[in-house]
Amino acid sequence: MTEKKWTPRLVAFFCNWCTYTAADLAGVSRLKYASNVRIIRVMCSGRIDPQFVLEAFAKGADGVLIGGCHPNDCHYVEGNYKMLRRYRLLKRMLADMGIEPDRFRLEWISAAEGEKVKRVVDEMVQKLTALGPLAWDKKLEDWDREVKALEEHVQAQQTTKEVANA
Amino acid sequence: MENVSQKKNGGEQPRIGFYICHCGHNIASMVDCADVAKYVAQLPGVVLSKDYKYMCSDPGQEMIAKDIKEHGLNRVVVASCSPLLHEHTFRNATEKGGLNPFYFQMVNVREHDSWVHTNREDATHKAKALARAAINRVAHHKPLETKKVPIHPDVLVVGGGIAGIHAAMTLANAGKKVILVEREPTIGGHMAKFDKTFPTLDCAACILTPKMSEVGSHPNIRLMTYSEVVKVDGYVGNYQVTIKRKPRYVDEELCIGCQECIPACVFKEPKFADEFNEGLGKRKPIYIPFPQATPQVVTIDPKVCLNFNKKGEVSNKCKKTCVEACGDKNAIDFTQTEKFEEIKVGAIIVATGFKTFDARRITQYGYGIYPGVYTSLEVERLVNAAGPTGGHVVLRDGRKPESIGIIHCVGSRDEKTNRWCSRVCCMYSLKLAHLLKEHTGAEVYNFYIDMRTPGKNYDEFYGKLLEEGVHFIRGRVGEVTDWAFTKEEEGKLVIRVEDTLAGYVRRIPVDMVVLSVGLEPQPDAQDVRRLFGMSCGGEGFFLERHPKLAPVNTFTDGIYLAGCCQGPKDIPDTVAQAGAAAAEAMQLIDRGYIEQEPNTAFILQDECCGCKSCIPLCPYTAIVFDESTQKAIINEALCKGCGTCVGSCPSGSIVQNLFEDDQIFSEIEGVLSYD
Repeated sequence: MTEKKWTPRLVAFFCNWCTYTAADLAGVSRLKYASNVRIIRVMCSGRIDPQFVLEAFAKGADGVLIGGCHPNDCHYVEGNYKMLRRYRLLKRMLADMGIEPDRFRLEWISAAEGEKVKRVVDEMVQKLTALGPLAWDKKLEDWDREVKALEEHVQAQQTTKEVANA
Repeated sequence: MENVSQKKNGGEQPRIGFYICHCGHNIASMVDCADVAKYVAQLPGVVLSKDYKYMCSDPGQEMIAKDIKEHGLNRVVVASCSPLLHEHTFRNATEKGGLNPFYFQMVNVREHDSWVHTNREDATHKAKALARAAINRVAHHKPLETKKVPIHPDVLVVGGGIAGIHAAMTLANAGKKVILVEREPTIGGHMAKFDKTFPTLDCAACILTPKMSEVGSHPNIRLMTYSEVVKVDGYVGNYQVTIKRKPRYVDEELCIGCQECIPACVFKEPKFADEFNEGLGKRKPIYIPFPQATPQVVTIDPKVCLNFNKKGEVSNKCKKTCVEACGDKNAIDFTQTEKFEEIKVGAIIVATGFKTFDARRITQYGYGIYPGVYTSLEVERLVNAAGPTGGHVVLRDGRKPESIGIIHCVGSRDEKTNRWCSRVCCMYSLKLAHLLKEHTGAEVYNFYIDMRTPGKNYDEFYGKLLEEGVHFIRGRVGEVTDWAFTKEEEGKLVIRVEDTLAGYVRRIPVDMVVLSVGLEPQPDAQDVRRLFGMSCGGEGFFLERHPKLAPVNTFTDGIYLAGCCQGPKDIPDTVAQAGAAAAEAMQLIDRGYIEQEPNTAFILQDECCGCKSCIPLCPYTAIVFDESTQKAIINEALCKGCGTCVGSCPSGSIVQNLFEDDQIFSEIEGVLSYD
């Protein structure tokens, strides 16, 4: 298996009422889309903790897709708006961390839009393939090393200061 | 988080049983089930891993129950279809084996895998990753109890057409209390406007109006006409619905339906377009839509009544001869205002019907341009003995038509307007062809694309029409024009059509053109959908839960569909569906309680820092702040289990049952770990 060509890994968080159902509809309609996507079901897009997204990237995802009900259609009134707020913030934070904007996407997909599940997943997989592997787990290790080096550097400076003061 | 969950699990080691279903060939043809089972068998905590032809079958379910006992399993994972389809089945099987049903996790390898992918290796790879995620997740599952909530026994039916009437009658005859809400002044809907019904040609009013008056007088039905649902709160079994009662300026309790006020109106002649007759007839400002209207209560239209000014306020400028005529009955009340009433029900049947296609949208057919062009609904009124012309088919200029062209599929099966077949137009066009021929003796031409007459005795009816000498021309009409080429065409409307059977373009001059308009969703279907938390299909009709197995259910429990709001259908299908919706509502309320998914959230009191950030996020105001402890508390009875508060708690001290953080984290790790 390891000799297999790299393909992007896409983690999707879909809300139970609209987007997960739309993905079921895509199945029932036998639409064909990229097999790279792994769908995780939550009751509402509002449940999606920013940590889920970070965790997915940290564990080796190349992209994260969030699917919720269209504005005004949330089964829980307004959970999708709550997700939208977090998405906006998170997107900026991820950009600061060097994650390309195309790797993180929020889409409103209603239960009737099986076709849209196919389109969005295919588009994302295409973009991720073009971007190449994220390998954030490796990057995190690099960052850990940098932070450690910095720490050591500061500590060394402090010791020299202390020695000088003494 | 980790520590908390380990403590709660009591250190018990997971013993997981894994099953992957072939679903005949549905899964097995694209996923190597044996390979997946082999892969899962070596995962930590897995005691047993099997593949089986049909897990949802009785032997499949019994296998789970048996294995739990024999192998001492304490967790079960089944990889098969969507959890929305069979999660319940397998939870029951898990419970049958003596385990808490929530020690179960489902993997969707059919809808989300085998059905949507084309490469067997990739699909198998995906199935393994999804299975691994579920194995990881199920280890973190906890025993939960479903909550039983009592159900309010009353049912709300929205829409008083034949669908709503039949559903309401079925429920009321079974002893249920029904509230029937209709936005027009009378119930009856479209069916009340029809003259005859196909294929039996029995009179629509004769079969409908007795049902209408039964509804009006039924002790178990509360009829609210001229009213609209404006707000729906609550959940299955316990809906609070706000209904707007529009002022009809006549007291429904006091009006006895004598209609003496109508001739007494200061307008000697009716001069305002009559909606019931599709604008072909005229009515007064005080009116009753048609003689058998239910309830038998007049309505005053403030837009045209002289006693109201242009803003719709009472001006008292009229002599109010209607009030005089009403006399000591005192039913006319100009002080009425919009009222809002809140009711409680357990189930809701939505039967809001359809609207016919606006024929003006296809300009080349000349509706609204040439007076000789009619819609089919207008013709229904023209041929009706109680219609504006007393059943005499005369054109707008008073002539009797000698030749009539009926154009099928206007606003149906058309890429430019509506893609779908409206199902009833072929049959009603045949019916109108028969009736028009009978009433006028005219030459009748039907222009059709395909003749669609499936149904009991429907095709026989078509055969009868062929024998009656009605002309059938196969082809979609290009245009209707008054541009005459020959002497015979002068003063006529010319229908230009490619006769696809004869193979040339024909020009057929006629006196009257009937456009067989298709069925569309109501213009406010999107608002209604949001009101009830339903979904719409791409064409705008309300979406049923499953096209075959749950045709009257919606994705919102306790809300059912009946009639054309779900899609175009004829009267027999509508009535059958209304009966089904009533039966579904009945099986819900007769059970007396519902079991709620225990996916509610709770706050770990030791960890809550009292920041209150969760409180404004809850759409159900289920979170309160305890001043004495300075911590937030979730009222479980109000929590619906969306998890929005959980996702945003800065200290991670809110837990959602069934969707705990460590369950989802382990799932994320699972989907990404297999390589």
